Amino acid sequence: MKRFGPLSVAVAAAAAIGLPFLLKPFGVYLISMWAVLTIAAIGLNLTLGYAGQVSMAQGAFVGIGAYTVALLTAAGWPFFPAFILGGALCFVIGWLLGYPALRVQHHYLAFVTLAFNTLVFLVLRNEEWLTRGSYGIAGTDRPSLFGLSTDNARVFYFLCLAILILLSAATWWMLRSPWGRAFVALRENPIRALSLGLDTRRYTLMAFALGSTLGGLAGGLYAPLVQFIEPGSFSLNLSFNLLLMVIVGGSGRFFGPFVGALIAVLLPEWMRVAEGYYLIIYAMLVMVLMVFCPSGVIGLFEKAMKPKKPPAAPAAAAIKAEATPQ
Amino acid sequence: MASFIQLMVSGLATGAIYALIAIGFTLLWQTSQTINFAQGEFVMLPAFFVLAAMNMGAPYWLAALIGIALSVVILGVLFKAVIVDPMIRHGVLPLVITTIALSLFLKESVKDFYSSQAQPFPALVAPRDLHFLGAVVSLQSIVVLAVAVATVIGLHLLLNKTRLGRCMQATAQNPTVARILGIPVGRMVLYTFLINGALVAIASLLISPIYLAKFTNGEALGMAAFIAAIIGGFNQVRGAILGGIILGVLDNLSAAYLSSSYRGAFPLVILIAVILFRPQGLLGRVEERAV
Repeated sequence: MKRFGPLSVAVAAAAAIGLPFLLKPFGVYLISMWAVLTIAAIGLNLTLGYAGQVSMAQGAFVGIGAYTVALLTAAGWPFFPAFILGGALCFVIGWLLGYPALRVQHHYLAFVTLAFNTLVFLVLRNEEWLTRGSYGIAGTDRPSLFGLSTDNARVFYFLCLAILILLSAATWWMLRSPWGRAFVALRENPIRALSLGLDTRRYTLMAFALGSTLGGLAGGLYAPLVQFIEPGSFSLNLSFNLLLMVIVGGSGRFFGPFVGALIAVLLPEWMRVAEGYYLIIYAMLVMVLMVFCPSGVIGLFEKAMKPKKPPAAPAAAAIKAEATPQ
Repeated sequence: MASFIQLMVSGLATGAIYALIAIGFTLLWQTSQTINFAQGEFVMLPAFFVLAAMNMGAPYWLAALIGIALSVVILGVLFKAVIVDPMIRHGVLPLVITTIALSLFLKESVKDFYSSQAQPFPALVAPRDLHFLGAVVSLQSIVVLAVAVATVIGLHLLLNKTRLGRCMQATAQNPTVARILGIPVGRMVLYTFLINGALVAIASLLISPIYLAKFTNGEALGMAAFIAAIIGGFNQVRGAILGGIILGVLDNLSAAYLSSSYRGAFPLVILIAVILFRPQGLLGRVEERAV
């Protein structure tokens, strides 16, 4: 794995840069969507995969970020301040959502976050004075960067890619800092983490806040990418989808969300040949993958790349064979 | 007052159906730590078994029996053998993902292989209104309530008054000790899956005439079942009943008296409040948490 890691990253990077020049507009749209959803999935991976806090509300944060950007740019704000503000708003709300996690864990936490997601959806749908309800908001302008307009799909894709790279580099750095270690300690054994002097309370809240921030930033790119947002896009389905990306890709593995988002975005498109049945096939593939490899695609990859164990010495093998009942 | 009685009766009827679904949900959780995110789709599906059987010419009572039987086999036995058994040792989360995928699978299968349109579904009784203290109450609500209550009482008797039921409770409370005492734990777990299959089928027969049989029915029903289970207490059958009733009544009353556009929000607010202030649920026991 160690040897193959950098190689596959290099191949992936080359593909990420080269592909938009080969693809049709819809293909460019899809890989832009991949970049955006990957950012949200990295955030969820931070909360769920590294810090072990189950969150089913990531879709809501994408929605909050998207609506912040759409509303503020429509009110005349430039893109980047709105984008940052969307992330900051999600940081605060994510921090607050972390408080239930201090009291309850696992499936209870899953349901609190699930309820939160539905509440956000209801607010987006019902507060028409602010969000225009189920009519949605169309035509969010794409930003211009140093005087360069990103109206062109390919240019906008590179903006998404650049932000993705920036954010994943920041995440990578953070995971290697004492903070990242603290998150993993929180996941593995919260009581031991506490007894080692970690402020588990603060790290739990931080895990939620940071993960949600990434969700909000992804939403900030989602609005100008799709140029039409409505409450239905940020319902539980999106949260389930993001959860699926993280788990299918490989939860708690850095590159898991990249692979998971790729599968979740591309697989349904490739299977359009199967017409109406593609969602059925997709759901079946996910179930099969989960049954055979619950650690996700990256886990599968690691298993395949692991050097084969040298065959056990004959005596040891004989003992082992004897020990296992036939 | 008259409209209040009407709302209460229809709320109790819906609540009783929610309770059936929530009981199945908590049973699976208690005996096998399965959080079934497809529970709503499990309720949606049996209605289509019944419709398919009726399309082949079966009378309603036979079709209903076929529906319950198929549901017990497919949503009980097959679900356990194909999905839960291989997954459960990997922990809760992969199983959650799998049941989410399963719910998508069931929904899309019904949409593609049966119909994407809402299908009319035969009611248990002919539509008739009863006049009671000046209120008009539909006979259907009363029948739904009666069937649901009868099912719950039957289940209660099974769980508390028979040897089999006590074995199942022992399995739920402490599988290791149950095994030491000679209870076939594996078979008891299977029985709870069978019971869940039967409960969702009955709930399906009761709710489909009201909502029509449609592939998207499961979303709201599944959510209602989770909320009912948590409000009442995840580890208590009584809790699921209480939660279901509270939810059904609240749903109807809040839509009528408070705000219909936020009717979906009230159960969620109560859910969050319950989880924060009484995480074990209104009737639940505190679970000892393993380190």
